[in-house]
Amino acid sequence: MEWETVIGLEIHTQLRTKSKIFSSASTAFGAEPNTQACAVDLGLPGVLPVVNAEAIRMATKFGLATGSAICKHSVFARKNYFYPDSPKGYQISQMDLPIVGEGSIDIELEDGTKKTIGITRAHLEEDAGKSLHEDYQGMTGIDLNRAGTPLLEIVSEPDMRSAKEAVAYMKKIHSLVQYIEISDGNMAEGSFRCDANVSVRPKGQKEFGTRAELKNINSFRFVERAINLEVERQIDLIEDGGEVVQETRLYDADKHETRSMRSKEEANDYRYFPDPDLLPVVFDDAYIEEIRKTLPELPDEKTARFVNDLGLSEYDAGILTTSRELADFFETVISESVDAKLAANWMIGDVSARLNKEDLSITDCPVSATHLAGMLKRIEDNTISGKIAKDVFNGMWNGEGDADTVIDKKGLKQITDDSAIEAIIDEVIANSPNQLEQYRSGKDKLFGYFVGQVMKASQGKANPAQVNQMLKDKLS
Amino acid sequence: MYHTKTLSELSAMLEAGEVTSVQLTEHFLQRIRDFDSELNSFITVTAEQALSDAAKADEIRKAGNAGPLTGIPFAHKDIFCTKGIKTTCGSKMLDNFESPYNATVVEKLNQAGIIMLGKTNMDEFAMGSSNETSYFGAVKNPWNTKAVPGGSSGGSASSVAARLTPASTGTDTGGSIRQPASLCGITGLKPTYGRVSRYGMIAFASSLDQAGPMAQSAEDCALLLNAMSGFDPKDSTSMDKDVPDYTSDLNKPLDGLKIGLPKEYFGEGLSAGTDETVQKAIEEYKSMGAEIIDISLPNTHLAVPVYYVVAPAECSSNLSRFDGVRFGHRCEEPKDLEDLYKRSRGEGFGEEVKRRIMVGTYALSAGYYDAYYIKAQQLRRMISDDFTKAFEKVDVIMGPASPETAFNIGEKSNDPISMYLSDIYTIAVNLAGLPGISVPAGFSENMPVGLQIIANHFDEGRLLNVAHQYQQKTDWHKQIPEQFK
Repeated sequence: MEWETVIGLEIHTQLRTKSKIFSSASTAFGAEPNTQACAVDLGLPGVLPVVNAEAIRMATKFGLATGSAICKHSVFARKNYFYPDSPKGYQISQMDLPIVGEGSIDIELEDGTKKTIGITRAHLEEDAGKSLHEDYQGMTGIDLNRAGTPLLEIVSEPDMRSAKEAVAYMKKIHSLVQYIEISDGNMAEGSFRCDANVSVRPKGQKEFGTRAELKNINSFRFVERAINLEVERQIDLIEDGGEVVQETRLYDADKHETRSMRSKEEANDYRYFPDPDLLPVVFDDAYIEEIRKTLPELPDEKTARFVNDLGLSEYDAGILTTSRELADFFETVISESVDAKLAANWMIGDVSARLNKEDLSITDCPVSATHLAGMLKRIEDNTISGKIAKDVFNGMWNGEGDADTVIDKKGLKQITDDSAIEAIIDEVIANSPNQLEQYRSGKDKLFGYFVGQVMKASQGKANPAQVNQMLKDKLS
Repeated sequence: MYHTKTLSELSAMLEAGEVTSVQLTEHFLQRIRDFDSELNSFITVTAEQALSDAAKADEIRKAGNAGPLTGIPFAHKDIFCTKGIKTTCGSKMLDNFESPYNATVVEKLNQAGIIMLGKTNMDEFAMGSSNETSYFGAVKNPWNTKAVPGGSSGGSASSVAARLTPASTGTDTGGSIRQPASLCGITGLKPTYGRVSRYGMIAFASSLDQAGPMAQSAEDCALLLNAMSGFDPKDSTSMDKDVPDYTSDLNKPLDGLKIGLPKEYFGEGLSAGTDETVQKAIEEYKSMGAEIIDISLPNTHLAVPVYYVVAPAECSSNLSRFDGVRFGHRCEEPKDLEDLYKRSRGEGFGEEVKRRIMVGTYALSAGYYDAYYIKAQQLRRMISDDFTKAFEKVDVIMGPASPETAFNIGEKSNDPISMYLSDIYTIAVNLAGLPGISVPAGFSENMPVGLQIIANHFDEGRLLNVAHQYQQKTDWHKQIPEQFK
């Protein structure tokens, strides 16, 4: 039987507010345990939450960026459950009236076609603390630094049909939240993680199969693996005559398996109800419009502009807009009146390759956009060849100065003077009598040998086009 | 002696230099030592701190920087977090809890210069109408030490009635200021929801809880409300609304005042003695020029059932933080996490608290939420609308604060429903978020009867004016139980 996979994602993204969603404690990562937890975060008797206006603003921004309905009257609700890292015994979240309603986002599939993924809702909530399971004399430690960090939970429609689509969607959201500057997207620090709802059904069947929820996956690679593994498990199970049960499963990256955490029957009754300590969040159109004005050009808009105005291919434009920083870098380069296609080739080629190799991000690139532009200009005006440019780029990477300095210092300036090239050609021909004879007797392939020798003798600096032309003349 | 004076009178004496704050503080501390072993109205007495604060207050006064409350001895209900001082909320759960911060009300009254004598006894987590649910033992009514003082602010009411403190704070979720004020013959004001910050006041039912003053007179309450009120950026439900000087309208004449008498407050369940006393008070108002208008609050009968869904629902969630993990009672040698939770909470909470957590958890559970919680919210709106309509016709509403005078200790403790009905006249006011006051209006069989006056939202000024004018004509509020004179 042919099976179809159905996937919906719940993405939790930490908002980059300075203070927590309901208290004034700092949200900075990595402090000593419990040093960034104030009375409110500790859930002391008598304390009350006060909502962080910045978190509201950021959530609204996300809604606008995804063309979603913005709920002008949203309500915080309490999700009640006991757990040591949940200090109040409830989490403040949103249930019936989330701040962001229905919207959508386009992803690009491998074959280049676009697919629209529905966003069901996005709601604000507070993060929990962490249980520390190192040895505390047989006890568990609790670190409440993370408790109260604002999260935006973005819930998708079950619109994805493969692990790859799920990853593409996750990457798209990941890029977007950084574009609009509401999250640092740092997956290693847990700022961006997801739960995946996965089910399978016979191809052609309308009803969804029973789903399992894979909890707390924090990398693109793991999402793909976990989903594929789960799909395989469900298909095997059904084909062996079994039934998928609705449950929450945990993906174990080390063991490469998913295992059951709790079944539907064991699931908590969270007893959601509106938090009486917080008033409904109410705002008007003017507020929304004010936030709309702060939206930057979004990735899809930018891609379209790169294609239409700069003449880049969809593919190149897509790569250059994967992050706002990369696109900004590119735009700085071309603002120095450098050809966009040349700049794009370098950005996608040598620059990206070197960054990947050194595991650096574009913001850490040792070659500034201005320096890169300076070098590309020297390619354009024939001062250096594309090949020599690689040496110049290396020089700039190693901090030897801008392109002109490196070219000067290393004497990499291209030789375009006909007489100088002629002199080199003459010398090469004089030193290669055998090859000359063979060439003249019909061994055309040896032309490359002469080009190579001339380039070698000029230390690669001779203008390749001129060398070709002049050699042809001399050898004929 | 000093204890026979109202707070306002003591304030004037301090200002005139007739007495020092240290003298007053010593006097009231001595009264606590003399009488409180019998009344049990205090959980903690902070004598040393009080005397040192009083000395400082006297310095401030010497320097000419004193306000009307500077140096006035005072008591806080033990529901308010007080920095470095045990804050128990009447529960074993918090027997070992020292708050690292001050409640906003505590902070504001400190700023105003009051001297805290100690923390008063209360029903556990403010759940009760008799002060019998306190882990620290029942409080006695100074008018008859076999009787309850009412609750949950029973310690505050009893200590003010016996003049162990000139005044105190209370909190009122369903009548917890007004009912004990009524039963102990003192003046107790529950302000409009949002008038006084709830920050640092240990939550029972967040949408109903409100702090207020408990004192000998309306004038005292006005002085205290001036200091307690105002927007608090730490409490989202506190209202950003100017605080008027509540003493400024006290002396306005009541000519033409329209008093509404809801027929539902004078029906079945009201004891004859209380009825008669309240009617007499209303006659007094007539003689002062007020107009009496019969009104109806048709959904009054729904108030108690609605309250006993809403309040437990909120409390079941509010009390989840008492889990033995970070503070408060923790069981010995827990086997695992579940055992830690179950035994810490099982041992730390008393019966009434457990009952309400169970009821509230049930009301919020999947499958029952719509039928109970949502329904209760709808009815709450109807109850509130009754008042809105009434205030189109009248300025204030009057009736009894409690259906009967103080009952005996043990009399109702095994009958929760009958206990819950003690708050039948006060609960609707919390559901509607309105201000209400209980004013001593006389005695029935030698026990005090309170007249409840209800005003529209943020109309505390009117409420205090109406109460004060009555207290200018009567001296019920000046009565002190024989034993404590």
